[in-house]
Amino acid sequence: MLDNSYSAVMARKNEIMKSAVGLDYNRFESGSIAFDYEGMMTATGYTIDDVRRIQMEEFAIGDSPIIELKNMTKLARACAPAGKGARIFIKDEASNLSGSFKVRRAAMSVYHAKKMGYKGVLTATSGNYGAAVAACAAKAGLSCIVVQECFDSRGIGQPEIVEKARKCEALGAEVVQLTVGPELFYMFLRLLEDTGYFNASLYTPFGIAGVETLGYEIITQFKGKYGKEPDMIVATNAGGGNLTGTARGMKKAGGSCEIVAASVNLKGLHMASDTQFNLKSFTTGHTGFGMPFSTWPDRSDVPRSAARPLRYMDRYVTVNQGEVFYITEALAALEGMEKGPAGNTSLAAAFALAQTMDKDACIVVQETEYTGAGKHVNAQLAFARHNGVDIRFGNPDDEIPGKSIILPEHPSLIKAREADINHMRASLIKNACKMIDGAPTAEDIRFLAEETKTDITFVEEHI
Amino acid sequence: MAKKGDWVQIHIEVLKPSERAANIPEDTSHVPLEMWVKGNLIDEAAEIGDIVQITTRTGRTVSGSLCAAFPCFIHSFGEYVPELHRVDDMVKAIVFGGENNA
Repeated sequence: MLDNSYSAVMARKNEIMKSAVGLDYNRFESGSIAFDYEGMMTATGYTIDDVRRIQMEEFAIGDSPIIELKNMTKLARACAPAGKGARIFIKDEASNLSGSFKVRRAAMSVYHAKKMGYKGVLTATSGNYGAAVAACAAKAGLSCIVVQECFDSRGIGQPEIVEKARKCEALGAEVVQLTVGPELFYMFLRLLEDTGYFNASLYTPFGIAGVETLGYEIITQFKGKYGKEPDMIVATNAGGGNLTGTARGMKKAGGSCEIVAASVNLKGLHMASDTQFNLKSFTTGHTGFGMPFSTWPDRSDVPRSAARPLRYMDRYVTVNQGEVFYITEALAALEGMEKGPAGNTSLAAAFALAQTMDKDACIVVQETEYTGAGKHVNAQLAFARHNGVDIRFGNPDDEIPGKSIILPEHPSLIKAREADINHMRASLIKNACKMIDGAPTAEDIRFLAEETKTDITFVEEHI
Repeated sequence: MAKKGDWVQIHIEVLKPSERAANIPEDTSHVPLEMWVKGNLIDEAAEIGDIVQITTRTGRTVSGSLCAAFPCFIHSFGEYVPELHRVDDMVKAIVFGGENNA
């Protein structure tokens, strides 16, 4: 009989993962800090053409429209200095199967799981990814289990996560719901071991290869319609896969636009705190995931994460909860598009960034997500108010996550606040150096320069 | 009260506070890690609070304390939030110029 205590299961982590992903991560390791990232990414055996074909032919995913938000652009120009106010476009990823870009990730994991002969897929997610895996598993005829962090110790569920549970069940999945805490991973490992299912992790090379088509489409669709590539792509950043896949796909299509990460600022709220769990109005796309996963990607549920956003981002900006809710409502009021608030994090950032760019520049917000009961601006604001959060109009700079949500009293108060990306790069280098006893090798230093989109001098200065 | 075959939800205490991981926030360390799973009841009949077995939608057999018979989703769009109309009015006035979008 297996020992299922917390420590015993965690000690079996590597062997459980190896059989649940079918990928031996050890073959990419150097024995020091460096590992063969590109080798790992190509080990899937799928080229971007394969991925596009599989997504479209097997799952009817992709080629979501890019829509110009002309009224949103007008609103931004009304707030901008003369001559400023880039054209704002949005890629309507909510039109995909299951209602978000996450299905691009899910499709490749599910396709591969089926090809390898697994009977089912398992994923640990409280986000749109659960419904995405459930939808693809339904199409592929595989069983699906979604493990969610959903409730606080009072048994009160975050409405957004409850809605995702409903959608997963509607698409045929079994949903296992837990209270707050990182030990969700322990339960996830036990389920992988018990079922023998494929680990449809968000962070495998399969998942990230799936997102590459998003970036690829942005460049090809935009060039086809407007004769040029956009100047900037803004991606909501949490675990880093959205940004990583989009940027890699953009490059594969020959693009070179500026890549900006955007997260909702939840400073001061601890992600593993039981009492703070339901004081967050965003369950993803926030700094509580975005910052730690950028500065240490290998904290994910696989030995080496394929999502490594600091390799690709040029800037990282944050926006506040009240600003994203405001923009979500404005998107409905001005463009007739009712979307989930978390997916509009990058739109709120783009709204501010556009005001710093010339009028002939083009900025693409690379996702939308579906909305519904629970994951809706009204549902989230009502829930926050019920939990004692002070909701009012004012200056968003005064917002204190968990205590207040400040809706801007004028849209000109919406800001994209620049995070110190060099500080984050330095953190990644320091975190990597903690992994080894001695000094980094020359290979490690080259690797860290790639990891941080810097150069050898920068790395050597920050070791 | 639930009978064999009914769609039910069970509750399981996965880890006691003393069994939880180190380095979690203090408030979380004082409460157990709890889990809820749904499925069809295997037992002939059971009352809320009874320890029962269920078959989940993927065919797993799971044991736990019965907490709901015929569980359903009741989440909603929430109570009226007056601020949202003010946002609408504000952005429409700026883009389209004044009341009634004239």
